[in-house]
Amino acid sequence: MTETVVRKNRIARNADRVGMGAMIIASVCLVALGAHWVIGPMVSVVVLALFLVLGSVLGLAVKGGPEARRLLAPYGLLKPGMLWLALFFIAPVWSLLRISLSTKESRFSVQYNFSWAFQNYSTAFRDFGKQFEHAFVYAAIATVLTILIGYPLAYVIAFRGGKYKNILLGLVVIPFFTSYLIRTIAWSTILADRGIVVRVLHAVGLENVFEWMHIMDNGKLLNTPAAVIGGLTYNFLPFMLLPIYVSLEKIDTNLVNAAGDLYSSASRAFRKVVFPLSIPGVFAGTLLTFIPAAGDFVNAQFLGNPNTTMIGNSIQDQFLKQNNYPVASAMAAVLMVSIATLVLLYTRIFGTEDLA
Amino acid sequence: MMRKRTKYGRYALNVFAGLGLVYLFAPIFFIVAFSFNKPKGNFNIAWQSFTFDNWLHPFAEQSLTHALWKSLEIAAVSTFVSTILGSLIAVALSRYKFRGSEGINLFLVLPLTTPEIVLGSSLATLFLGQNFIDFGMTTIIIAHIMFQVSFVALTVRARIRGFDWTLEQAAQDLGATPIRTFMKVTFPLILPGILAAALLAFALSIDDFIITFFNSGPVQTFPLQIYGASRVRIPPQINVLASMILFLSVAILMTGTIAGMRKSAEKQATAKKFKLLHRK
Repeated sequence: MTETVVRKNRIARNADRVGMGAMIIASVCLVALGAHWVIGPMVSVVVLALFLVLGSVLGLAVKGGPEARRLLAPYGLLKPGMLWLALFFIAPVWSLLRISLSTKESRFSVQYNFSWAFQNYSTAFRDFGKQFEHAFVYAAIATVLTILIGYPLAYVIAFRGGKYKNILLGLVVIPFFTSYLIRTIAWSTILADRGIVVRVLHAVGLENVFEWMHIMDNGKLLNTPAAVIGGLTYNFLPFMLLPIYVSLEKIDTNLVNAAGDLYSSASRAFRKVVFPLSIPGVFAGTLLTFIPAAGDFVNAQFLGNPNTTMIGNSIQDQFLKQNNYPVASAMAAVLMVSIATLVLLYTRIFGTEDLA
Repeated sequence: MMRKRTKYGRYALNVFAGLGLVYLFAPIFFIVAFSFNKPKGNFNIAWQSFTFDNWLHPFAEQSLTHALWKSLEIAAVSTFVSTILGSLIAVALSRYKFRGSEGINLFLVLPLTTPEIVLGSSLATLFLGQNFIDFGMTTIIIAHIMFQVSFVALTVRARIRGFDWTLEQAAQDLGATPIRTFMKVTFPLILPGILAAALLAFALSIDDFIITFFNSGPVQTFPLQIYGASRVRIPPQINVLASMILFLSVAILMTGTIAGMRKSAEKQATAKKFKLLHRK
């Protein structure tokens, strides 16, 4: 009798381990089920395991007393969201990787056989190397441009906004309340061959300068790489500006004044005090801009030409139009892995612990 | 001399910021202006003549209006579910100290650092390999909840970071049941953060294109309809509806800001009164 009580107490005291273990096991079960990792009779075994695990945690919560309940509570709160992410975020990535190594039975078949088909990856690199290059180069240039435009703007709002700070910040965000596609289509109207920008440039005589800088191509602004990069820059600017603003806003202006009192020039104060303190914002902004920009295909579609397609265009085309899921999945997998690698490297070099 | 130069520097920076704002508003100006255009032919991209017609018949494009309703429906359902799931995660993360919380924090950032095209295509591969759900409303809603959960969890967590959880104990010491404590103390205090997160999730859902594009099947949401139609026709109603959404969001933003300003002004006033009382 006493033995069972002692054992029960030990379980109750380690209820947090039980809770975490149950969450992990349940997630693995869901990933296995969702990604078709298990087939046939194994499916019912895994389903049974899933219910058993969840049921036993529920049992422990009911029987275990207040201490066990307190230890279990966070896992109980986490479980619905985490299991959702396991089934609809992790399992899909798993199934993407599986399909990227599968072969189709025939050109029009919807059946795939997993066969370690690495030729999908060589096809992806061989046929779409240019698109990968475009994606990373365009996204990198656009990220630099968003810093160049976003930083001064955030700086002025944060330090010179005064009581209009919130209004100015609102003004910056308002344009992005219109649909992403409509904004991009509007840019294609603005940059069109007989549109306002081209005509003004022509009238002022800056056309040659722009041609020389390779921004314009034979008098055209639309359907050039520059237009695609411009669209990316515009559409992802708030993702750069807002994190920078948040980190600048936190800076104690007394520090800047102190630097001035100690005979630092304004530019030196900026370099030595303000900029270092705003690096977390630039860091977060770079990730939030570069990642979606590298995977984007809308800007290249509306503002580019067939020679400026990015990897997103190719994935979309292979997946939805050609139904060539294995190669499309291979491209998506390469994109995902290379971005993850870049993010890790970047975090190692410039990292701050407070990413979120 | 030195002073003068920094003064010019100041001006230059302000002018640059002003130009930045102009740049941000350039396409918006076009969108609103072209909602008053009377286009020749199918494409509303060249200025012809001014008209109020489009605003008088904003819902004349039936497929567009239908798509907008679908988008609102999807956003409402997905926001409801994701706000609950995400807020529970946020409460767990900020209320309790527990094993594995750092891992969870890192895990939550993952969907945000994965390009949308990867999220969309991978989810589509999941739905391809099964015969339980067809591509359509359900798959779109599932996809939206998936990317909203992280946003909600991180937003709510940031908003309730400084929350004083001992208030809960105080309520329970005064004899409140756990449920009553939650309804009367915890929930009202974390509600503003949850509402802000819900608003963000709703906006993300309405505007999502890439992930929806892969998982929509036959369903046309507002962005998908614009995308599909943009090759054959761009009716001015697109601009009218976009302007309406814009004005509505600005109105919501402004009421929020004004309410916030009034609240902080009230707080300051009470603080002042309190100080005065104590001085006497």
